[in-house]
Amino acid sequence: MAVDLEALRHRFGEVFTIEQFRDNRRLILPAAHAAQTLLPLLQCLKQEYGFDMLAELGGIDYLGYPNATDRYAVVYGLTNTQTGERLFVKAYANDPQPELPSVTSLWRGANWMEREVYDMYGVRFRGHPDLRRILMPADFQDFPLRKDYPLRGYGERHNFLPLTRAES
Amino acid sequence: MALSALLPDVLVTRLDYLASLLRKHSLWPMPFATACCGIELMATASSRYDIARFGSEAMRFSPRQCDVMIVAGRVVMKMVPVMQRIWQQMPEPKWCISMGACACSGGVFDTYATVQGIDRFLPVDVYIPGCPPRPEQLIRAILDLQEKIQKTGTIDGREFVHRQGYEGPTALARELTPDKLIVAPGDYQTATRKRVPLN
Ligand code: SF4
Repeated sequence: MAVDLEALRHRFGEVFTIEQFRDNRRLILPAAHAAQTLLPLLQCLKQEYGFDMLAELGGIDYLGYPNATDRYAVVYGLTNTQTGERLFVKAYANDPQPELPSVTSLWRGANWMEREVYDMYGVRFRGHPDLRRILMPADFQDFPLRKDYPLRGYGERHNFLPLTRAES
Repeated sequence: MALSALLPDVLVTRLDYLASLLRKHSLWPMPFATACCGIELMATASSRYDIARFGSEAMRFSPRQCDVMIVAGRVVMKMVPVMQRIWQQMPEPKWCISMGACACSGGVFDTYATVQGIDRFLPVDVYIPGCPPRPEQLIRAILDLQEKIQKTGTIDGREFVHRQGYEGPTALARELTPDKLIVAPGDYQTATRKRVPLN
């Protein structure tokens, strides 16, 4: 029993599009509207449509992807724990300051997942309580999963003092 | 020459020999096992391969009780300070075995996060190639280390005093001039330099 996404689309002024691949339904929210619409949309999905679990949250960099219009995407995988129904919301963001609203106010579990997306892609989450790097060292200065991050470069494997035999 | 003039020297040499002989037959490994090589390290300690035959079975998880650190597996950048700290906590005399392709050179993990050989940050005595090395290779490394200890060891660790410098490899890639460096936290004197993007 799938929810009626068309009604939702009209309610939000038709800013997002709906795609379907087999039983996998997605809402595509372009960067122009993501900043304003994402949080109300997810709130509505959680509170009125019963998608009460944020099963996953991940980032994508679409640099150089055919027909891509926006660069970064953050994917929110929602699950309705009553019906088992799944829905994916894909919100885009763009350079130079990719930013999206944080959903930690809706799902506290988004905290670390958003930190990871920030760490790897540099997408900032407005309203996040503690937006620090989570995997890379705190003084690392680039975002390694961006497509323009070179295979070798930008200060990785940097630098700790080597220990010598005599001093150790 | 009177024997009494020689005696102190002769005596010290014998003590060195004796100390090395005792040390080499009771190496206590510190298993710094970070990845799949660690499984092989455990296999080596188990009954089938049994490094107890060589006096190295007493794996201790406290670095203060160990003589030889076996770095088994890949080490990520964030782990380096931990590894160095563990190394510094081990009492002298101590040795280091770098086990597996990853610990020796980064292996296939030529990525932003992996240390390309722990010898960039630690003095290493024995390298073991292989992915993972067979337990026999680890046993061979321990035998080699025993030989090294017997040949170079001294009772007061004099052999370490002169080794003041960095002993690791030189930088892998073409080095950039300082004005081309984009991001440079830390000290780039000795570790992997920032590299020219390949494309
Ligand atoms: S050398 Fe091979 S077995 Fe050892 S840590 Fe690396 S990948 Fe794993």
